[in-house]
Parts: sequence; C-alpha cells; structure tokens
Amino acid sequence: MAQFAEPASAHDDTHAAATGKRLRKLVAVTALPAVLTLIFLSLTPSIAGGDILRWAMPWFPGLGVSLSLYVDGLGLLFALLISGIGVVVFSYASVYMEHYAFNTRFFIVLTLFMLSMLGVVLSDNIITLFVFWELTTITSYLLIGFTHDEAKSRYSALQALLVTGLGGLAMLAGLILLGLIGGSFELSDLRAGTVDIREHGLYGAILALVLIGCFTKSAQFPFHFWLPNAMAAPTPVSAYLHSATMVKAGIYLMARLHPTLGGTDGWVWALTLAGGITAVMSSVWSLYQRDLKQVLAWTTIMGLGTLTLMLGGGDKYAVMGAMTFLVVHCLYKATLFLAVGAIDHATHTRDRDELSGLRRAMPKVFALSVAAALSMAGLPPFIGFIGKEVMYEGALHAATLPALVAGFALAANAMMIGAAGIVAVAPFIGPERSWPAPPHDPPLAMWLGPAVLGTLGLLMGLLPFWLADPLIGPATSAVYGSPVSVHLALWHGINLPLLLSLATFALGYACWHFRAPIRAALERTAARVPLTAEQGYDHALAGVKAFAAWQTRVLQHGSLRGYLGTIFATIVILTGWSLVRGNVLPMQTNLLDATGFAWAAALLIVAGTATAIVANSRLTAICALGAVGVGTAMLFAVHGAVDVALTQVLIDILFVILLAIALLELPPLDRFRPRLSLANGFAAVVSLAIGALMTVILISITSLPLDTRITEYYEAMSVPAAHGRNIVNVILVDFRALDTLGEIAVIALAGLAAYALISLRQKTLTARRDDDGSVQ
Amino acid sequence: MTSLILSTATRLITGLMLVFSVFLLLRGHNEPGGGFIGGLVAVIAFALYGKSRGTAEARRALYVHPNVLSLIGLGCAVAAGVVGMLFGEPFLTGKWLFVGGGDGDKGWPLSTILLFDIGVYLVVVGAVLSVIFAMEEEI
Repeated sequence: MAQFAEPASAHDDTHAAATGKRLRKLVAVTALPAVLTLIFLSLTPSIAGGDILRWAMPWFPGLGVSLSLYVDGLGLLFALLISGIGVVVFSYASVYMEHYAFNTRFFIVLTLFMLSMLGVVLSDNIITLFVFWELTTITSYLLIGFTHDEAKSRYSALQALLVTGLGGLAMLAGLILLGLIGGSFELSDLRAGTVDIREHGLYGAILALVLIGCFTKSAQFPFHFWLPNAMAAPTPVSAYLHSATMVKAGIYLMARLHPTLGGTDGWVWALTLAGGITAVMSSVWSLYQRDLKQVLAWTTIMGLGTLTLMLGGGDKYAVMGAMTFLVVHCLYKATLFLAVGAIDHATHTRDRDELSGLRRAMPKVFALSVAAALSMAGLPPFIGFIGKEVMYEGALHAATLPALVAGFALAANAMMIGAAGIVAVAPFIGPERSWPAPPHDPPLAMWLGPAVLGTLGLLMGLLPFWLADPLIGPATSAVYGSPVSVHLALWHGINLPLLLSLATFALGYACWHFRAPIRAALERTAARVPLTAEQGYDHALAGVKAFAAWQTRVLQHGSLRGYLGTIFATIVILTGWSLVRGNVLPMQTNLLDATGFAWAAALLIVAGTATAIVANSRLTAICALGAVGVGTAMLFAVHGAVDVALTQVLIDILFVILLAIALLELPPLDRFRPRLSLANGFAAVVSLAIGALMTVILISITSLPLDTRITEYYEAMSVPAAHGRNIVNVILVDFRALDTLGEIAVIALAGLAAYALISLRQKTLTARRDDDGSVQ
Repeated sequence: MTSLILSTATRLITGLMLVFSVFLLLRGHNEPGGGFIGGLVAVIAFALYGKSRGTAEARRALYVHPNVLSLIGLGCAVAAGVVGMLFGEPFLTGKWLFVGGGDGDKGWPLSTILLFDIGVYLVVVGAVLSVIFAMEEEI
C-alpha cells in the first residue's frame, strides 16, 4: 500500500522516524551518566553524615596494587560533577554531533573518558589512580584529535598527549616514592599513617614530581599552552573534558594530597605562585582572544589557577573557597561552552567581531548564557557571588602573604567579569546582522541541560544551605583533614570580602567598558613577547626529532656488517671489562678429560669455520657453516641435550634453505674476497676477540661448581607435577610456560612485521617496474 | 630452480616429514621433541615443497595464510593458559584429563599443556613460513 500514500504523510513518517531515532539515541547515550548521577545522589545523605564507603578487590597483591574505591565528601563531589555534567553533555552531543562522521566511536570514547575520570576521583590506591589518570589522557588525545583529517587537530592532540603524558610519568615516580616512604599505596592509609612524609628527606622530590603531574594536567603556567589548543575538539568535548572535568584531575589530586603533603613552605609557595601567575596571566589573555571558545579556554585556565591558588592557602576558608568555586566553575563553564557551541552551530562562526544582535534570533541561548555569565562574574544572588566571597575570606586568611593572594584573586576576578561580558553578552547585543541561514534556538536536547545547570547556579545561590552545604561541607572537611562546618550564605554583613567584591565589580566593569582598547594594547604586547611557552615546546620537540634523526643515521646505517661489528665489539668491551674488573678468571679445566668424540666434533667445527672464511663460492661457505652447526649439535647430543641438538640441526637446515633463497640475489663473492683492508682487519680483530671472550667465559663457568638445586627440583617434579619425562619440554610448556608464551608472541609478531616489510618492498618494486615499463 | 631429483624426492618426503613433525609434537612431553622442534620440521617440509613446486603451490597446500596460522597458535597458547584461571588457579596452570584409564594405566592424557604445545607448533610454522614465502616470492 505504500505506493499510494500521500507525499505529505510520507514526509511525516520520515520526520517521525527521524525524531524517534533521535530520541532513541538521546536515551541510549544519556542512560549511563544519568544512572550514575542518581546513584551518587542517593549516596549524598550518608556521606554528608560523615560516612565513608569503601570497596576493594586485590589486583596485583604482590605489588600492593588493588582496585579499591573510596567514596568520601571530596570524591563524591567530583563524581557528581562528572556524571551530572556528563548527562548534560551527552544529551547535547547526541544532537550536536549528528553531522560528524564516526558518531559511535565518539560516544564510546566519551563514555570511556567519563568512567576513567570517575576512576581517578574514586580510587583509593595510588597506582590504580595513576592508571585511570593516564586513561583520561589517552581518551582526551582521541577526542582532541577527533577530526583527524585536520592537521591542527592532530598537532593539538599530540601536544596535549605529550605535555600531560610526560607530567604523568613524573607524577608516577612521585607517587611510587610516596607509597614506598609512606608504607602503603592506599591514600586513606597514607592520610591516617604514622609516617609524616613532610619530615622525610625525599619530601621535596615527591612534592616536585607530583606537582609536575598536577600542573601539566591542570594547565598551570608554564604548561598551560596545550589547553587552548585542545579547543580543536568538538565543542561538547571542550565543555566536558577541557573545562568541567578532566583538567580538574590535577586540582583533585592536589586537594586529595593536601592532608598528606600540604601545609609546608614548599607547598604553599609552589601553589600560590603557580596558581596566582596562571590566574592573572590567563585572564589577561582571555580579553585578547577573538574566538569565543578561546576566550572560554583562557578563562578556564584562570579558573584552574584560582583553584590552585586557594589550595595553596591552606586555611579552611581557602579550602572552602576552592570547593565552592569548583562547583561554580563547572556549572557556568559547561553552560557557556554549550551556549557558544549552539551559536557556532547556528551561525558557523565563533569570531567575536562577527557576532552581534543574536538576542532576537536565539532568545533561549541568550537567557541561559546571561544566567551563566552572572554567576561567572560573581553577582548576587548566584552561587558565583558566594564562591567569590568565600574565596576572598580564604585569601585574607592565607598562611603566607595574604595581600598577595588576595591581589591575585582580585585581578583575576575583575578581568573575569570582562571576559564574561565578551562571551555571554556581546554576541547578543548590538545591531542585528544578516546570516546565510537565519540563526535559531537549538532543539530541546541542546538547551535543556545548560538551562538546568544555569538554574542550579541560581538555586544554589538562593538556597545554599539546602543544595550547596551537603556537598561542599564534606568535601571541605576531606581536603582540610578535619571536620569543618560549612554554612554558605549570600549576606555576611559588611566586611572586607564584601568591599573586595565591590572593588571587583568596579574594576570588572572597567574591563568590559574598555574591552576594545585593552585588546588593541594586548595585540601590541603579544607581538613583542620574545618566547612563548608554546614556542618553547615546539623547539624542544624539534630538538628531540633532530636528535632521533641523527642517532638513527649513525646507528641504523643499514650495513649488516656494521651492525654485527658494533654489537660484537660492544659485547667484547663491556663483558671483557667486567670480567677483568670482577677478577673472575679461574682457569682450571682439564681439556684432556674430553672424549675422543668431543675432540672430533671440535675438529669439525674448526675445519668448517676455516673453510667458510677462505671459501671462494657461497655454496661452499654455506655448507661449511652447516658443518659447524652439525659439529655443535654433536657436542650437545653427547652431553645428553638431545632436544637442543635436534633444534640446532633443524635451525641449521632452515638456515641453509633461507640462504639458498637469498643466494640468487646476492652479488658475486669475489668482491668480498679475503684481502688486507681496514674493514677486513677490523672484522678479523672483532671476530677473534669475541671468540676468545666466549672461550674464556665458558671455561670460567665450567670451572665453577655448578649449583644443581634448580636442576634437581625439575628432575624431581617433572613426572609427579607435570606428567612428563622430557624435562626440557616440561620446562618450556609447563614450569616456565609464561616465558614461552612471551617468546612465541615475539616470534608471531616478528613474522608479521617481516612479512609486512617484505610485501611492502615488493609492492614498491612492482610499482617501479610498472613505471619503467610504461616509459618504455 | 627446477631439479628433477629434488622435485621427485620432495613428493615422497614432504608427507612423511609432516607426519613426523606431528609425531615429534605429540611425543615431546616424554621423549625428545615438542612443539618447537615439530614446528621446525613442518617448516622445512613446506619450504622444500615450495622450493621444488613453486611458492603458490605451497601456499595452496597450506590452505590458510601463514599469518593466520601463527595467530591461531598464539590464541591456542593463551586459551590453554585461561583454562587454569577458570578453575580459580593462576594463569597457565596445567590442567590434565586422563581418558579411559584402567588399573596401572593412566589412560589417554589430554591436557592444556598439549594445547599450549600445539600453539607453539602453529606459531613456529606460521611465522617462519610467512617470512620464507614472502622472501621466495620477492625473488
């Protein structure tokens, strides 16, 4: 009946089918984060009551590595942010990513990222934490380079991977030291432990290594440059990974280790200076950017800097400020990124000079970006205002130089107001422009989530005791190391933080008002910066590549003779040196004990070797080498190692077959006829030296008493434990089967690799032959 | 390179060598032999066959691509290791099953060890033949 259907209803059908498909996709991708959010929400009351949930499963018990989860206030706050913002981002992306290729791959990687991030914040074991940490680095690499047909994406993805990956390695060293000195790899044990890491001689090294990891991950100066480049990722990724969650992993770890490592002069100064410089520098550069996503990226770095600054302060108000600002930042930053994504989706530009007058075309996006911007600017009654007040309170209580900390915070916050205006207000006001396609509000799945986040920002400000206290209180206590009662409120009376807030508003308004001249001035400054951190990275990378190219040229020259000469000369020098140095040359052996048969085999070997050296034809040389192999096999057989002898003979046969194949292609032997030359002289010296060395080693070994305990064990256990009388085989396939598994894996891979290389060469050769043919 | 002697001899020898290689593989646990040695014998059999009858013919005689063979072998070895884990024991613990044993006779030994050795055999055959065939074809 389908062919009689009206065109209109057919259209309706496809439309309905498309809507149904969208809905199914929306449900499919948001189900997991939604369920996780509900689970974490259900845990909130008990955690707020002071409970701690733990679950552990041994993983590598011998190394102290276990898969242990630990849910306290700090972990739960992060887990809620990750899964909750995950719901918003996943639903948004289900629509936003429609026109991209590889949607399935995208959501798989994004889900993997979410799970690894939850792993980071819920792990109690520091090795497990590190594994999850690196998993976020890898998924981030895949997501930044998602549009991998663009060179910029690939460059940015690699940069993020190298910077955070190298930082991660430094951190691993620090964490291992921490675990060894602290006596446990569980974070909870380290906090409760009797050993005070801060008193230990290696505390400085641990602190430096761990902080390098945290600073690279959380984009602190001078490692900040990868984050703006990471904006090459699709906007939902930028919103989720590079503002709300992943970059907070460094912050999380600093907060987590605060009770264990914090409070020393080194900690305070490192975090205060890195955080302060990062916050101020990045908020200045945010005013310079044209691309709205870049403005947001630089304000994200500012947010991370501020959090580091607050964690450095160490006072309970500073910690409270950090935890409040963490929530504030996640809420407004995710919303603003998603709003900018919607603008980009509708107008196909993010250039702040090209955008204006969108308020009529996109009223919903306008409303929710203004809500987010008000929170970002820290205006009452949004949670952002409370966050800023608590932060100033914490800055004024800072352990070292409160004026400096407050100054950093004031400057950064003021410029933040300017940036908030540039991103969230400027594109919507001013004259309307004509667009190729009229811009419009995005579908529900794209604006509902950001709207919920914006509303939460408002509600948390209005009802802090109800929404914010149960989350921020336990988190603050966990970071501070002892219970802190948290009561957030909009009005604290007229005090210094309020005055600082007022000063911030005044300065911020100035930043917004003079945004054009400020940018012009920054443009002039930018041209004069002699060396940016990113150029430093480029130089370092170029240096590594040049070094790699140089050492490849020197070492991988392609001459087999050269390789063998190098390898054997190295063996002779190193082994010979350690023999002489260790004075292990007890030469007590009685050659006359050898049987006549062994002497015959030895004679065969010597004769074969001599023939191979002086042979005029390759066939003679190969046969002579075969005789050497047979002689060796005879020696093995005489001494009872039948399996080894068998293998030796078979390998020799194979060797002859392989050489026979290659024989046809090799140049005539005359070119290499024995004659006196420098190269031949070197080869002769090295050959004699390696021969002499092996002789000395063998005689030394046989003259020492043989420790037969292992042999006896295998002899005794072979039949009862492994049901086999051939000990060599039992060792290979049972007692030491793991070694064999590794070896056959290597053989299989080597076979694949050699096959790939040879067929690749074959293809190029054929192609070249075809080209030659066509020319003729 | 065609030689009447080689091709006539190969026709007779190849089959025998393959049977011998399986014999070596199966007896390996108690007498000299095993997967590695058996595999080498099989490789030599196929290499000789390829030498006298052409590589294309040898590939046809093998039925599957050597690379597939070596990966199947690796799979056998890993599978043999996993069986022990199913019984709650460490990876690669040998498990034995004696079929039809009577008094004084343990019966036919079937074991993960044998599966592991077959894996070794297949990896050796696959990996080495993969290289030999590719080299032969290049020349």
